[in-house]
Amino acid sequence: MKRILVAVKRVVDYNIRIRVKPDNTGVITEGVKQSINPFDEIALEEALRLREKGLAEEVVVVSIGPADVQSQLRTALAMGADRAVLVNASSAIEPLDAAKIFLKLAEREQPFLFMLGKQAIDDDNNQTGQMLAGLWNRPQATFASKVEIIGDMARVTREVDAGLESLEVDLPAVVTVDLRLNEPRYVKLPDIIKAKKKPLETLELAALGITLRPRLQALHYAPPSVRTRGVMVKDAGELVAALAARGLV
Amino acid sequence: MSRILVIAEHDGRQLNAATAKCLRCAQAIGGEITLAVLGNGLSAIAEDGARLNGVTQVLTFDSPANAHPLAAVFAPQLAAVAAEFSHVLAPSTTFGKDLLPRLAALLDVPAISDIMAVESASRFQRPIYAGNAILTVEAGELRPICATVRIASFDAVEKAGTVAAIQPAAVAMPAVGHTRFVAVSSPASDRPDLQTARRVVSGGRALGSAEKFQLIYQLADALGAAVGASRAAVDAGYAPNDLQVGQTGKIIAPELYVALGISGAIQHLTGIKDARTIVAINKDPDAPIFEIADFGLVADLFEAVPTLIAALADRARART
Repeated sequence: MKRILVAVKRVVDYNIRIRVKPDNTGVITEGVKQSINPFDEIALEEALRLREKGLAEEVVVVSIGPADVQSQLRTALAMGADRAVLVNASSAIEPLDAAKIFLKLAEREQPFLFMLGKQAIDDDNNQTGQMLAGLWNRPQATFASKVEIIGDMARVTREVDAGLESLEVDLPAVVTVDLRLNEPRYVKLPDIIKAKKKPLETLELAALGITLRPRLQALHYAPPSVRTRGVMVKDAGELVAALAARGLV
Repeated sequence: MSRILVIAEHDGRQLNAATAKCLRCAQAIGGEITLAVLGNGLSAIAEDGARLNGVTQVLTFDSPANAHPLAAVFAPQLAAVAAEFSHVLAPSTTFGKDLLPRLAALLDVPAISDIMAVESASRFQRPIYAGNAILTVEAGELRPICATVRIASFDAVEKAGTVAAIQPAAVAMPAVGHTRFVAVSSPASDRPDLQTARRVVSGGRALGSAEKFQLIYQLADALGAAVGASRAAVDAGYAPNDLQVGQTGKIIAPELYVALGISGAIQHLTGIKDARTIVAINKDPDAPIFEIADFGLVADLFEAVPTLIAALADRARART
């Protein structure tokens, strides 16, 4: 079976302005809307389009976290994924552990493509896909803005600082996606109902032979320093003078 | 004492500015700094690196296989030398973000992304939630500590009066055939890249049309700046996606940011709040952008910007 695995992470919705807890032990997530990480949604959309073009037969969404994540996996199924796998874990997962879990899933599911968002918008690490590719000893194409499957390889256009880079990678490969790759579809009500019948499997870490090992310690969360309101100038000439005083023009 | 390996970034001809900024972070950690340069025919680049302040040794990985910065090719070579170091740093650019996590995974150590401040040799601050919170993270005892450095947070180191020793790394080239570089296409214009530009001029929905958005390019030309756009301007079709500045677009930290006709939605402000100086011109005196602007001007864009361009031209003439 030609299969694509897509990792999706449950994160605080991107429209929410997060706030740091008064005791600096984290950010407030209680009672805050949670959604699929937007970059992961783009990865899923791309996988679905590849399947719709006949280039893949099955799209499986995978996630790690508590039972609440089922809600995001159901949304992914409603978008069109064929089935979902949730690896049950209660604590926050570091990227290296996430990559080790995804490697186990890759070995179990044998996908030709493992797709992820380039980063999650909560911890902004931008690491998991690269770590998975390293552990799997397979190619990585990060920050993808175009993905073409050509036989047993993929040609991927990457958004790099210098412009657009294109790579050819043998499959299986890990692809992490950037914002410009596509615009994810909206979920329709009949699809939400249909998604309730799609398979959603829950796996325990022990069954995968994984023991979580947090390696980094989050000591302190703080709000960023705030900018203060500056001065109003009355016209363009005064603005140029103000910029000149700062050596900017 | 720390032994720090800094992975240099270059374009095949010269080191880029990110490398010297990464070295400043290494100096803040403190210790002996080795600069790793990977490439093909890189002696001139290595010599430039050897002249940067703080570098005690340059380690070269010179091979035709290193002609392009492929993480799958670079990571195993760096992994082969990493055990000698307490820290491995790379700039938090697309190059460093691509490479460093793969390297960390090969070493079975975590990676720390986007160091913005150094509290101790193992304790760092980094932004999360697009900079809406700052996390202090302790790396503990695992070595090497692998991290990327947020280049907007550090000034470049100066040239040193001395030249560090240059030495080839004694590592076997990995045979990686599964990843092949095809091409890289840079934007056709001479305009600075939005992500790394020192000056950026952005336009919002108030521009009104793609044609009128040309005004942004005119001011950008007068300032030698890159061009950006708000999400509203991108959604309205005035500017292409890759110019979007904000939480879901590019997060930038230029020396000068000029926001024209941008009201200042949260998601946009998140992308610019590390800019050194922010200038806003908007018709609406209550626009939220004025809350964070260093200099604000309430005016009609189509009158104020041409006047501004003329004033800049006058100033340029006066100086020559």
